Amino acid sequence: MIRRPQTLLLSLLLMTGLLFLVSPVQAQVDVYEFETTAQEQRFRQLSNEFRCPMCQNANLTSSPGGVAADLRREIYRMILEGQTDAEIEQFMLSRYGDFVLYRPRLTLQTVLLWFGPLLFLLLGAWVAWNIIRRSAENPASASGISASDTEDENNSGKDHAPAVVISSEERERLNRLLSDMPSAPTSDNTGR
Amino acid sequence: MKNFKLYIPVAVFAVLAVFMWQGLFLDTRTLPSVLIDRPLPEFELRSLEMGDRLLTTADLPDEPFILNIWGSYCLPCLQENPIFMSAKERGIIPIIGLNYKDRDDAARNWLDINGNPFDLNIIDDNGRYGIDLGVYGAPETFLVDANGVIRFKHIGVINYRIWEDEIMPAIAAIRAGGNS
Repeated sequence: MIRRPQTLLLSLLLMTGLLFLVSPVQAQVDVYEFETTAQEQRFRQLSNEFRCPMCQNANLTSSPGGVAADLRREIYRMILEGQTDAEIEQFMLSRYGDFVLYRPRLTLQTVLLWFGPLLFLLLGAWVAWNIIRRSAENPASASGISASDTEDENNSGKDHAPAVVISSEERERLNRLLSDMPSAPTSDNTGR
Repeated sequence: MKNFKLYIPVAVFAVLAVFMWQGLFLDTRTLPSVLIDRPLPEFELRSLEMGDRLLTTADLPDEPFILNIWGSYCLPCLQENPIFMSAKERGIIPIIGLNYKDRDDAARNWLDINGNPFDLNIIDDNGRYGIDLGVYGAPETFLVDANGVIRFKHIGVINYRIWEDEIMPAIAAIRAGGNS
């Protein structure tokens, strides 16, 4: 009993260690000479941002693929020629399409991709708000729902409170809820 | 109506299941080409056959043709070579080769041994023209119409089934479109 949490902790630690061990990112080494460090930084940033068309889940920096090396060479050339980041991105887009962008552009096709998570967050918030509002407005109905469960906690609570005062509105709601359930325990209902 | 909330999880599951089922069969290896219906990019490159003379798009056929990206190092290119050889023998369509990131001597040697289905071979030894074409690895095969516009692309090896089911209909569609 005492050893089990420790073993769990130890195995978790070991597993976390493995995560660092198998880090897949391995930069390819190019020998490019830059005129300024700003150029070099842009080269690194751009190579990190474009996805290698051949290796699929690697960016240009980490991909060992032949075409990735060619594309790094093109990025290098364009940086030395003084092209802007937007021009370089356009170069990549006009040849390999949206696929090469790890950060997809905001278009009609990618709207759901960009705002889908927000949509689900709002949906979840709406559901949660409804549940909270209902139980806050109507605490009796909340306890009424849980009383119909067969949890020990609720049954014991019911024993201690034999007389529950509920309004007519609540009674109506309770009856509606019970009649909605085809196999509701009716013995409780008739007892009241 | 009264118990409709009970079906919400089922509906959510159904929607998710449909999307994920489709996801199982998505082909993520082949990129859709953005060059379809765009003119073949300009080039000025050597050829395997014509010595020092540089080829341009003006040297390409005036009729629909196949542009095949290949290299002597590329095993799938060896697999699809008999299909192109047979197409050449039957005179179906001109086939232009783009010798992609290869060595000239290795390429000539490969053609001597395995047969040369190409009417012309453009040399792209550093892969620069391949980038303009959105190529990311041999073999890739383009269909170009009589106006020099790319109309079709196949990524990866061409087998007899793909030749019959995809390439031949695409050639027929391009010829039909060109005549009208």
